[in-house]
Amino acid sequence: MERETDKMKRADLKPFLYLLPAFVFLGIFMVYPLFDVLIYSLEEGYNSASQTFHGVGLYNYRYVLRDPYFLSALQNTFILVIITVPVSTGLSLLISLGLNSIQKFRDFLQTVFFLPYVTNTLAVGLVFMILFKKTPYSDGFVNLIIQFFGGRSVDFIEGPYWAKMTVICLYTIWIVMPFKILILTSALASVDPMLYKAAQIDGTSRLRMFFRITLPMISPMIFYLIITGFIGAFKAYSDVVAIFGVNLNAAGMNTIVGYIYDMLYGDSGGYPSFASAAALILFVIVLTITVINLMVSRRNSSSLKGGSYE
Amino acid sequence: MSEMKKYTASQAEEKRKAGIRRAVTGFFLALWAVIVLFPFYWMVLTSLKSYSSYNSEYIPKLYTLSPTLQNYRDAFTAVPLGQYFLNTLIFTVITTALMLVVTVLAAYAFARLKFPGKNVLFTLFLALMMIPTELVIITNFVTITDWNLRNTFPGLILPSVASVFYIYLLKENFEQVPEDLYLAAKVDGTSDMRYLFRVMIPICRPTIVTITILKIIECWNAYVWPRLITDNQAYFLVSNGIQEIRENGFGRENIPAMMAAVVVISAPLIVLFLIFRKRIMEGVSRGGTKGA
Repeated sequence: MERETDKMKRADLKPFLYLLPAFVFLGIFMVYPLFDVLIYSLEEGYNSASQTFHGVGLYNYRYVLRDPYFLSALQNTFILVIITVPVSTGLSLLISLGLNSIQKFRDFLQTVFFLPYVTNTLAVGLVFMILFKKTPYSDGFVNLIIQFFGGRSVDFIEGPYWAKMTVICLYTIWIVMPFKILILTSALASVDPMLYKAAQIDGTSRLRMFFRITLPMISPMIFYLIITGFIGAFKAYSDVVAIFGVNLNAAGMNTIVGYIYDMLYGDSGGYPSFASAAALILFVIVLTITVINLMVSRRNSSSLKGGSYE
Repeated sequence: MSEMKKYTASQAEEKRKAGIRRAVTGFFLALWAVIVLFPFYWMVLTSLKSYSSYNSEYIPKLYTLSPTLQNYRDAFTAVPLGQYFLNTLIFTVITTALMLVVTVLAAYAFARLKFPGKNVLFTLFLALMMIPTELVIITNFVTITDWNLRNTFPGLILPSVASVFYIYLLKENFEQVPEDLYLAAKVDGTSDMRYLFRVMIPICRPTIVTITILKIIECWNAYVWPRLITDNQAYFLVSNGIQEIRENGFGRENIPAMMAAVVVISAPLIVLFLIFRKRIMEGVSRGGTKGA
């Protein structure tokens, strides 16, 4: 009898033993930091050397929201998001439609299009920088193309703001396209071909078929891509570093995530409280945009469904 | 008769239209392929040009007639590229191995074992997926610094081990293994551990291979965490190494040698991708987004 209860106890404990490693790692490096970051962000005048602070309040948030570096990072990030998310989503939709309409070379092209996903962002960013950079020796490959078409060459890496923004947008789009193309081609492939056959017999035009069949069928996936695209673009950092180097404030190209790391570490670092406040501001922005996206997608999918009953 | 003619005419028109559409589609797909491939071509090409010939080309040539491997020699001798490479290899292997152990055990507990509060626990667990790295990295930086683990492998590895998403992915797969097998094994007196290794893991091998490869890609491209936690070159990973080469370089602006380093860093993942193409693309489409 005693041995029986002993066995029972062991059986009860065993699942937790299996979960223990995951719990230890996640507890220390994910759950605890979650509370800790909130506390940091509320401790005023925190000193990382003596680990003391002199008050509790919202000062850190006020400081960050008034810091010109943060505001410029905010502006850069928003511009990056507003340009790259629609362009990359639209472009990947066009490419996926193209891929789905061909048979020859389809596998080959799919493989090629996926390549940027498996590259090291920092390493390939260097190649982009070289292609766009203007040096005393050469205007750089991209500028030569611009000149060939009759334009004036621009210093994309150390030149005007919009030129730098163009490079970083192009590189970001280049990096995020593989994931979107992959998701959209499989979404397009899973649309029931019978739907098209039926529409063809009815003599429906291609454009109408696209808006009436294809788009409604893949719209959940498009919304998924828009949401993950927003989240990813708001966290832009390593691709910007790859093009402009570590000192992003000097280049005027810092992003919100870059600002967080600058506050934490490096020449301008040592302020975990400011970093925490900035990280929480970023989290709130991303959360708000995700919720808005979800609401829009909910409404849209129900209206699309309603439309199909007409 | 005239009706017949009209019919064939419209058919020909239709055919012509389809032809144009195909040509336009083909053109734009080929154009995108060129845009994707060009940076790769450019880095290989530049890495094969000699320093002097690269710098003497005001209009860069799209080919080279006198390829040299000197840049590759420079990349390994003038900067500690071999060291960066070895560090990344150690980091990737240990992190991936630990991740596998943690993930398999946790996924098995959630999928097969019965214990009170399992559903609540799993829901909380899933909620962790929504937490962005940026939010927790600040505390982790402080933690690792407090533990005096800056510029060490444990400092690099420990925060990167557990991944909620991979546990979730494997748990879903484990649950597809029929429960009857488990009950039969229980009747035979097989222990849980033995069952896990003899039955579950072999059946779910494809998913395990997928998460292994995804983790390897993630480790190989890791940049932000290693940058925060290492400032000693002896512990740099390839991403930090290439950034270091870019900022301080070869003593002079030696772009061909930089490109040789870029090729060396990019090659392993591209080879891995070409071998496991199907598996990687399937794994990524099941929910991987490109991590920083």
